[in-house]
Amino acid sequence: MRITLKIWRQKDRNSEGRLVAYELSNVSPDMSFLEMLDMLNLGLARKGEDTVAFDHDCREGICGSCGLYINGRAHGPLGGVATCQLHMRSFRDGDTIVVEPWRARPFPVIKDLVVDRSTFDRIITAGGFISVRTGGAPDANTIPVPKPVAEEAFEAAACIGCGACVAACKNASAMLFVAAKVSQLALLPQGHAERKERVLKMVAQMDSEGFGYCSNTYACEAECPKQISVSYIARLNREYLRAKL
Amino acid sequence: MNLSEFFHSSFVNRHSSINGMDKPASLYQSSVGQKVLVALTGLFLCTFLVVHLSGNLLLFKQDGGRAFDGYSEFMSTNLGIRFMEFVLAAGFLGHILLGIRVWMYNRRCRPESYVMSRPSQNSSLAARVMFVTGSVVFVFLVVHLKTFFVPSRFAGNIKPSMYRLVSTAFADPVYAGFYLVSLALMGYHLRHGFQSAFQTLGLRPHRRTLIDYVAMIFWLFIPAGFAAMPVYFLWAAHWARAR
Ligand code: HEM
Ligand code: SF4
Ligand code: FES
Repeated sequence: MRITLKIWRQKDRNSEGRLVAYELSNVSPDMSFLEMLDMLNLGLARKGEDTVAFDHDCREGICGSCGLYINGRAHGPLGGVATCQLHMRSFRDGDTIVVEPWRARPFPVIKDLVVDRSTFDRIITAGGFISVRTGGAPDANTIPVPKPVAEEAFEAAACIGCGACVAACKNASAMLFVAAKVSQLALLPQGHAERKERVLKMVAQMDSEGFGYCSNTYACEAECPKQISVSYIARLNREYLRAKL
Repeated sequence: MNLSEFFHSSFVNRHSSINGMDKPASLYQSSVGQKVLVALTGLFLCTFLVVHLSGNLLLFKQDGGRAFDGYSEFMSTNLGIRFMEFVLAAGFLGHILLGIRVWMYNRRCRPESYVMSRPSQNSSLAARVMFVTGSVVFVFLVVHLKTFFVPSRFAGNIKPSMYRLVSTAFADPVYAGFYLVSLALMGYHLRHGFQSAFQTLGLRPHRRTLIDYVAMIFWLFIPAGFAAMPVYFLWAAHWARAR
């Protein structure tokens, strides 16, 4: 395949960035999107040029490091996959592909396609944990949890913290991420004790980091690689109101 | 807090500890809290639409407007109604100011926009243009109050009658057309807004719920009911001329 890439290049946090065009031939449809970028970088390195910086780690959709805005969509044109799970067969020979970093005030660009997502870490630090020892797996198994509840908690726990929800939202709202993190703990017995404090602190942290307010456009659910449902946002609102009133 | 501060809430850490965070009064400072207030005021305005439409249906009674005039006389003299007028005004004001505030805040959360963005692939247009549809409803509201409310409340006796005022206003195709467009956009505002309010209040447990069907009353049937009035009088005027 022949592909024209238009990639956002930005030297560092404080520099101006711009789209730069690159031509690639011999792209295999079986390559993943990130392998295609590896190929581009190999070529750039051979020519002694600065390679394109992008985040990645597991390359199997579980770590949440990768995240690119591809042709106007978070994680590209497919639903339910992270950028690393996207393959070149989703594009056509001769296509032009625009690749940009996540854009949100709380996600400043560090270099090229890499953004600083430590705002997410700080939201977790604010309350996304359980502060008492809950024992090992055998201890956990002694506490009965109804199957539907366990499933609901598990589905929320599938969130990999990639930030696509923020990237896709017109308001750069982090509600889906926070909803998933609050719900996964609020649903389980071990999380009950700190339920109230947790939701208040995490929402307060989310607000102070400069994420937008949720307009319920549901763009987050459509772009989430783990297809986290917006019903968790309703649950978050419920948790929050219960803690507040 | 002055007006400019109201619209430019800052990003600085508003709550550094749990202290006071669990006070209902601090609701107003949080993202969720502000959205809850937009939702509550929005739903309050929806209940008003029901009341307003049911009364105005008297316009269709074939009695030369006697029933409607009696009703509008009652509405402008009853003390309870006069009191509710203030509550309603406060509801509108609150909804509009908070709506604008939320919208302005949200716009600042993505200072650098995407070169290429395809929002139509992940969300509905109705959800993305709430500020635009709301603003049209606001303009409509001002025009509407000026034509009907101001004369009925402040100009003393309406000559010859409220019914006449309505029927002549709607006989004007331009005025009636403006109504129809505005009502369509109000319907569009509620197409997203009604279910959104329930989501905000945490009362929408699944993606498709009963609420989405009840919502049809608000985004389709109620605007259509209001729209029937200008259509009816426009048609009546046309018919009278033709004779
Ligand atoms: C008949 C009049 C109106 C009714 C019944 C109404 C109803 C609603 C409802 C139910 C919502 C959903 C709340 C939520 O998402 O939780 C909403 C949202 C909104 N309304 Fe209205 N509204 C009306 C007029 C207006 C006006 C005049 C404005 C002026 C600008 C306005 C601006 C907004 C905005 C900006 C939002 C979205 C807030 C957000 O989610 O970001 N509305 N409205
Ligand atoms: S909710 Fe989905 S889109 Fe958002 S961070 Fe988690 S996995 Fe990514
Ligand atoms: S690289 Fe780990 S999720 Fe994509």
